[in-house]
Amino acid sequence: MIQAAVDTRLSERIEQIGKFVGKTPLFPIKRVFHKPGVKIYAKLEWQQLGGSVKARPAYQIIKEAIRSGKLTDGKHLVDASSGNTAIAYAAIGSAAGIPVTICIPENASAERKLLLRSYGAKVIFTPAVGEMDDAQDCARTLSEEKPYEYYYADQYSNVNNWKAHYLTTAEEVYQQTNGKITHFVAGLGTTGTFVGTTRRLKEINPDIQCISFQPDTAFHGLEGWKHLETARVPRIYDASVADQNFGVDTMEAYEWLKRLAREEGLLVSPSAAANLAGAIRVAEQIEEGVIVTTFADSADKYGEVIRELFK
Amino acid sequence: MAKLIIPTPLRKFTNNQSSVETRGETVLDSVRELTEKYPELRQHVFDQQGKIRSFVRIYVGDNDIKSLDNEKTQVQQDSVISIIPAIAGGVCSKR
Repeated sequence: MIQAAVDTRLSERIEQIGKFVGKTPLFPIKRVFHKPGVKIYAKLEWQQLGGSVKARPAYQIIKEAIRSGKLTDGKHLVDASSGNTAIAYAAIGSAAGIPVTICIPENASAERKLLLRSYGAKVIFTPAVGEMDDAQDCARTLSEEKPYEYYYADQYSNVNNWKAHYLTTAEEVYQQTNGKITHFVAGLGTTGTFVGTTRRLKEINPDIQCISFQPDTAFHGLEGWKHLETARVPRIYDASVADQNFGVDTMEAYEWLKRLAREEGLLVSPSAAANLAGAIRVAEQIEEGVIVTTFADSADKYGEVIRELFK
Repeated sequence: MAKLIIPTPLRKFTNNQSSVETRGETVLDSVRELTEKYPELRQHVFDQQGKIRSFVRIYVGDNDIKSLDNEKTQVQQDSVISIIPAIAGGVCSKR
């Protein structure tokens, strides 16, 4: 009985945070690309708790884990993340009083490590050579060894990752375009944004074209994206939902990053700029339409890239 | 002669070998030897001009070759060369 009372308070705390997740603005891209009959919009996803698109899945994963009784008061949430999901867990965990442990490759940027420490998350480093695969194994092992101490959120396999976008992102972009969206474009990382948003948009209007993008090679600078041919493919990935899938070159994304800063007033992350590269590739192929993409985060956590690009 | 550690994402191209012994005297010789042995790796490690790609970081021991003699860095029999994916667009330190 005591446990149930505690969990109810945890449920209330997480519910109160919900109003600070999602509902991000839709920004019209007007100056870096112009073509009569074609409009491009981008969701500014850093404008929510934790500062990135990952607020959505992190919140949905935590909320459902509490509701199902898997995450109880005092138990650590543990997961593997190279950055934004970890930061979102840490921010939401801080606000809701949930301890957070993150397994992260040791070559993650100093800015990310500092952010995680600032939010009070416990950080476990895994070998750089193992990339995210070793970090996932670290989180899983920890939860298997101490199941009463750790809840393994497993963002790569957790259905609440894509459901977050099914329930929120898709509805938002449809409403914000007054139902006029014709194309949805997103890069593949955990694949939650693309799979969840696409599934719902296709239910609303099967004619909406959904196009996924990924890095064009195993080694790239698009943090958060996965080159699926060489990466461990997330269990939530469903290739069948995509109408088309293309590769994006990091250097092309960097060029769009510079132009977004200087012509649109948006200083975004490399992966956000890669999404614009994808949206523009689609725009060049059509004569009429409304293309929507997501800008996962701003450039705040990419100081070294920004210094290099704007020196 | 050195031991070259292969990053997890690329092991599907090396029959799941996690490391190989190379005979080259420099980092570049060693990496070339690796891609000659496993040709599918080449497109991921080298660009079309034959240069090591921008987002590939290479360490000899704990030292980034950028702080040594880049691709011409000499390797010894007991050297350990690591190929590391860059995270966050090039921000990378092994430690």
